[in-house]
Amino acid sequence: MEKNWHESWDGFKPGRWNRTSVNVRDFIQQNYTPYEGDDSFLAGPTDATKTLWAQVMDLAKQEREAGGVLDMDTKIVSGITSHGPGYLNKDLEQIVGFQTDKPFKRSLQPFGGIRMAQNACKENGYEVDPEVVEIFTKYRKTHNQGVFDAYTPEMRAARRAGIITGLPDAYGRGRIIGDYRRVALYGTDKLIEDKKQQLATSLVRMTGENIRLREELSEQIRALGELAELGQIYGYDISQPAANAKEAIQWLYFGYLAAVKEQNGAAMSLGRTSTFIDIYIQRDLERGLITEEQAQEYIDHFIMKLRLVKFARTPEYNALFSGDPTWVTESIGGVGIDGRPLVTKTSFRYLNTLDNLGTAPEPNLTVLWSTRLPKAFKEYCAKMSIKSSSIQYENDDLMRATHGDDYAIACCVSSMRVGKEMQFFGARANLAKCLLYAINGGVDEKSKVQVGPKYRPVEGDYLEFDDVMSKFDDMMEWLAGLYVNTLNIIHYMHDKYCYEKIQMALHDREVKRYFATGIAGLSVVADSLSAIKYAKVKAVRDEDGLVVDYEVEGDFPKYGNDDDRVDELAVMVVRSFMDKIRKHHTYRHSVPTMSILTITSNVVYGKKTGNTPDGRKQGEPLAPGANPMHRRDTHGALASLASVAKIPFRHAQDGISNTFSIIPGALGKEDQIFAGDLDVDRIEDCGNQACNIPNIMNSIDGE
Amino acid sequence: MVKGHIHSIETCGTVDGPGLRYVIFLQGCPMRCQYCHNPDTWEPGTGDEMTVDEVLKSFYHNLAFYKHGGVTVTGGEPMMQMDFLIELFTKLHADGVHTCIDTSGIMFQPKSDAFMEKMEALAAVTDLVMLDIKHIDNEKHKALTGHSNERILAFARYLDDKGIPIWIRHVIVPGITLYQEYLEKLGEFMATLNHVQALDVLPYHTMGKVKYENLHMDYPLKDTREATKEEAVAAKKIILNAYKHAKEGHSQFSPT
Repeated sequence: MEKNWHESWDGFKPGRWNRTSVNVRDFIQQNYTPYEGDDSFLAGPTDATKTLWAQVMDLAKQEREAGGVLDMDTKIVSGITSHGPGYLNKDLEQIVGFQTDKPFKRSLQPFGGIRMAQNACKENGYEVDPEVVEIFTKYRKTHNQGVFDAYTPEMRAARRAGIITGLPDAYGRGRIIGDYRRVALYGTDKLIEDKKQQLATSLVRMTGENIRLREELSEQIRALGELAELGQIYGYDISQPAANAKEAIQWLYFGYLAAVKEQNGAAMSLGRTSTFIDIYIQRDLERGLITEEQAQEYIDHFIMKLRLVKFARTPEYNALFSGDPTWVTESIGGVGIDGRPLVTKTSFRYLNTLDNLGTAPEPNLTVLWSTRLPKAFKEYCAKMSIKSSSIQYENDDLMRATHGDDYAIACCVSSMRVGKEMQFFGARANLAKCLLYAINGGVDEKSKVQVGPKYRPVEGDYLEFDDVMSKFDDMMEWLAGLYVNTLNIIHYMHDKYCYEKIQMALHDREVKRYFATGIAGLSVVADSLSAIKYAKVKAVRDEDGLVVDYEVEGDFPKYGNDDDRVDELAVMVVRSFMDKIRKHHTYRHSVPTMSILTITSNVVYGKKTGNTPDGRKQGEPLAPGANPMHRRDTHGALASLASVAKIPFRHAQDGISNTFSIIPGALGKEDQIFAGDLDVDRIEDCGNQACNIPNIMNSIDGE
Repeated sequence: MVKGHIHSIETCGTVDGPGLRYVIFLQGCPMRCQYCHNPDTWEPGTGDEMTVDEVLKSFYHNLAFYKHGGVTVTGGEPMMQMDFLIELFTKLHADGVHTCIDTSGIMFQPKSDAFMEKMEALAAVTDLVMLDIKHIDNEKHKALTGHSNERILAFARYLDDKGIPIWIRHVIVPGITLYQEYLEKLGEFMATLNHVQALDVLPYHTMGKVKYENLHMDYPLKDTREATKEEAVAAKKIILNAYKHAKEGHSQFSPT
């Protein structure tokens, strides 16, 4: 950077972040103030916050009454600068900006696929302007069309059968986190300057790869220009660094807003912003510019905006994701590699929005949990979890080793270093179905179509473990190859026709890309293999000799009880499938990873999967993520979690989920009933008269 | 190695003693409490036969989770399997694990030398006893459980003499135990002990009903309603108030 100081930075400690390069992590490390205290400093909602939130609740009610969608744009194709300003109440909003010209109006985003956009409108009683449809069918190709031009018949068949499911081939892939903090710290001018430098210094030998990079960098520069324009639409000059806390939040939000105006991604996560924002709030508080009430009001209004991010989606999409999630995941806390917790007062302020605005699923507030987090913060998290059931926890001690201390979670569990790593989202392969294909020689158990390769099916009445395992291994080999190649096509086309230019503009030039595959049905497979190994499983065949059902004779160890006999089968499957994935070429030198994290789509996958050898019946949901099958974990939560914890992170680096709910009464003693301290001096005295309490019979004879 | 008859294991126990606990349910119980919600644990000699090592495998595997908790043995009546219990706790005690018995105390036989020898061995490796006093009134106790409460109260005194910490558990059942006078009597009894650390009032619930149906048994308290949380809070106050007054050397019935 040429001029390495800006007046907006006065009061900050300099470092590599202002001298050398775009480096938000360095800025945070040099300047943040760790907070070890409790939540007593927090402020409640201001009147303005209450008024605005009441307005939001009213609009939400109207939206529900209208059947789920209040308004849709059918004509203006959404882009960073496509719409004029939109407000709830301009005078009261501290943080401004909506995806369209008003709240609750969903934008039109056809670049992923025009048919998806049309269906989303149609299902909600709207119709996309014919001219837009014509443009996106006749003149402008979409991601979806590109993918289907390249798919092989085998890929189409696997997709139709549901052995590979949820592929982002008709919608935005998401799972990319722009480093929105860069907008606040540097302003768009400096970021453009930096990108121009990257373009000027990129490789000059015009291979396909280098041409693509040059084109993308140019797109990114243009997007940053549009981002500055978006600021102007709302009356802000964001070409320069933010000068105070309110501006920092607003600049950062504009970066995010630009992303959700441009992309209807399957997960549009925010990153790790609270401790960054805290530096600005702390400076303003120290300068006496704002009060705690104001600081909280900024955060409340910011979070309110994040709660109002909405996309036009189809009923099928909503069925897959059980609702209409946006996955605005914000990662909070964690510990730095120097050992200092990254918890600040603003970490508390973010969680405090669950009190001030009430509980909500979005943004997906995710605490990066470490045993070394400050005790008071842990207690506050526990308190807010009990109150709101809205906080997600992830293991920082585990992920820090891989990603350092400035990573964030995209969607629910996908970890990536902010601005330095991204992922190609890859939905999942249904391993439960793959096992059935192994048994039936590639014939689909539901449609009876030959989808997989025509290998030899299992013969005889009873399934034999070694035989099934060897066939399953072959079938996984086939599935892994097909799956990776399908994803290669998808991401090639997404880059080509639906490139995330503003999000990638907020990344470094050299980005590490993860190729994020996933699996579904792990516990069904583990239990099925266990049943085959430890009990007797009889194959029930239909008139064509196809195995369509299973009779299990005897008991068998079930995954979820901390029983190594079956847990080792689950581990073996994960390792084996991941190794098979690793054998294949992945698009853009991406690093293959795998997740076991179906949090909602397991229901849809279950519908597409026939009877399984563990006794699960056709149509029954698969267990979510790496969960044990419903009701099969009989030794309590810890044994269940212990089974899940055996899955090696190294082979499932994109995340392992365990969906777990517990009633408050099962978390410990009710402190109103339980007296754990019988110090007579501290027992409340009711006097000499007996405590006068209704419902208690005073006399034994008084019945 | 003695084998225990195990009903089940709960790896994430949060209400049966301090901290997070590994809870072992032993099979078999001589009591027939009318409100029992675990009739499936009554029959002795059934359940899974397991050695101490087998029972504790998962505990040791996940030891880190239990560092502020420990192991609780309940049932059924755990003290029906004294030999197993002694072996189990001896091992845990040697490893510095906090041990707790959740018992009715009905097995206590102060006049039997053979029993007392085992009792001494068990007491030496027990960190906490949760003593469930079903009813403070002996006649009512007989009606409710089929047994006198004399041994139970004697067991409380024995533990107290040994200095073993005691938690008193008491289920409040409308029409059976939920009476001012009984609750006060319980508080006064507690005050005669020096090592009571906690009082755990448990509101009677009917979640056990379905188990009786599954076992084709008659549910004895068909007409008894559940106790409310408010009643439990009130009962706690009454017991503690009586306890306090008795401890301070004056009964609330004899004003100073």
